[in-house]
Amino acid sequence: MSLFWSHLFQYSFLQYAVLAGLLASVACGIVGSFVVVRRNTYVAGAIAHCVLGGMGAARYLQRVHGQEWATPLLGATVAAVVAALLIAAVTLSGRQREDTVLSAIWAIGMALGVSFITATPGYQEDLMSYLFGNILMVSKANLWHMAALDLVVLAATLLFYNKFLVMSFQPELARLRGLRVGFYHTLLLLLTSLTVVLLTQVVGLVMVIALLTLPAATASQFSSRLWKMMIAASLLCLLFTTGGLALSYAPELPAGATVIELAGAGYLLSLGLKFMLNRFRGSRHR
Amino acid sequence: MSANNRKPPVLEFDDVCFAYEREEVLHNVDFKVEKGDLVAVVGPNGGGKSTLIRLALGLLQPLRGTVRAFGEAPAASRRLVGYAPQHLQFDPAFPVTALDVVLMGRVERRAFGPYRREDKKAANEALARVRLEQLGDRAFSSLSGGERQRVLIAQALVSAPELLLLDEPTANVDSAVEHEIYELLHELNANVTIVLVSHNLNVVTRHASHVACVNRTASVMPVSQMTDDHLHSIYRGDIAVLQHNDTCHVIDPTSAMQTPHRHDTASPGGQA
Repeated sequence: MSLFWSHLFQYSFLQYAVLAGLLASVACGIVGSFVVVRRNTYVAGAIAHCVLGGMGAARYLQRVHGQEWATPLLGATVAAVVAALLIAAVTLSGRQREDTVLSAIWAIGMALGVSFITATPGYQEDLMSYLFGNILMVSKANLWHMAALDLVVLAATLLFYNKFLVMSFQPELARLRGLRVGFYHTLLLLLTSLTVVLLTQVVGLVMVIALLTLPAATASQFSSRLWKMMIAASLLCLLFTTGGLALSYAPELPAGATVIELAGAGYLLSLGLKFMLNRFRGSRHR
Repeated sequence: MSANNRKPPVLEFDDVCFAYEREEVLHNVDFKVEKGDLVAVVGPNGGGKSTLIRLALGLLQPLRGTVRAFGEAPAASRRLVGYAPQHLQFDPAFPVTALDVVLMGRVERRAFGPYRREDKKAANEALARVRLEQLGDRAFSSLSGGERQRVLIAQALVSAPELLLLDEPTANVDSAVEHEIYELLHELNANVTIVLVSHNLNVVTRHASHVACVNRTASVMPVSQMTDDHLHSIYRGDIAVLQHNDTCHVIDPTSAMQTPHRHDTASPGGQA
């Protein structure tokens, strides 16, 4: 731990990593709460995995065709947006089996990613960092990109919190009160996809669902309102990412995995705490 | 129902047929609800009660015939209609307070941003009307079934509707709470026309002005005119109606085991 703190003031890559965790936590708490209360984790999972297709395609364009602007993060963003729009169209039309379509998006995205990465000479090691994250490799440009995504998530949530709340709690009421259900549904999916892209920078796409849901699920144990849950989830996410980074640094453990282990431990702890609290209250009432 | 030539009926089904797939769920449903009525929709499970409510809300479109609310298509007159669904269909773990849920009934009033002071005032007034003014800050999940149902009624009231549609407002609450909710609806009926779905004929006939029996088709009649034949034809079973003066006692052997003891009010814990 002490090595982490002393290096934090010396090395900019470590400062970038902590900042990346902070930026990811904002969107993670907000959108993670929506995903948890809407029971949308499978949607988040599908988007997360299909993002590999975009990353692979962008890397291929960069290395084989010399298109330097096509960064993996940009590729991931494009793939996530396309996936969100596809899922929105399918869920709104209601004509296809939703889980089948989600599985297809999940698998096809990954398959394309693996193909592109294999076809790109000399950069196979990218695959591992996309899958499991490498927060220590985050660049300054990545940070700006993440900050911009955060801004979009924050602005949309501040503007439409009440609409999103009704869409999540009582979608039928949203329709009856004349809200543009399709618009808000699509917007929520887009926010989910942007957040997934943000979080892949920290923990990689395989573990995104865990980071999206565990802090929010932990916060939900003790929150009576959605916005309180969002703030609590953001703080927890910050605690887990920074803590995971600090704990994994000196022993050279993978940072992303440590973050998830910490988040998992926090969730289990909250379940135990809640259980004991209920027992305590129950016995007092008798 | 009472004649009123100047205004269109609050709700009007004109030979409505509806089918989800091929088979018709509702056939030639034809009735009117006038201002001030309290109509109880009764009938067997799968008979089309909820479908009828969804047609009235414009969430479903009829296959044949027309549905009109306040003389317009239901989707066009929704701002005059409040709808309270069953409390059972909600995620009990969702982090919202009672006041949050009531405020949702005014969600369309602002293009963006938070609720205004007048929205919160209206929500608190709606909570007071269902006698829950003390519980606004409580988590929805911590409320009892009857309290949740009253919160949903407050949500329907907060937009100041002229017609209130309720889908089984007393599902899964005990008979004492059921009685409370019907007393409340009776009170609200002074200002609002009410159409509600119910399972419990005994309670309904004490509070409703009209009963709509729905079983593939519908017949609406004033409570005071109910006879043996009517319920017989609807339920196809052994239901009998005993009538004296304005009171109807409906005897239904198949559901007798589930209905509360009418003269045994000392056991409020019994499930309705």
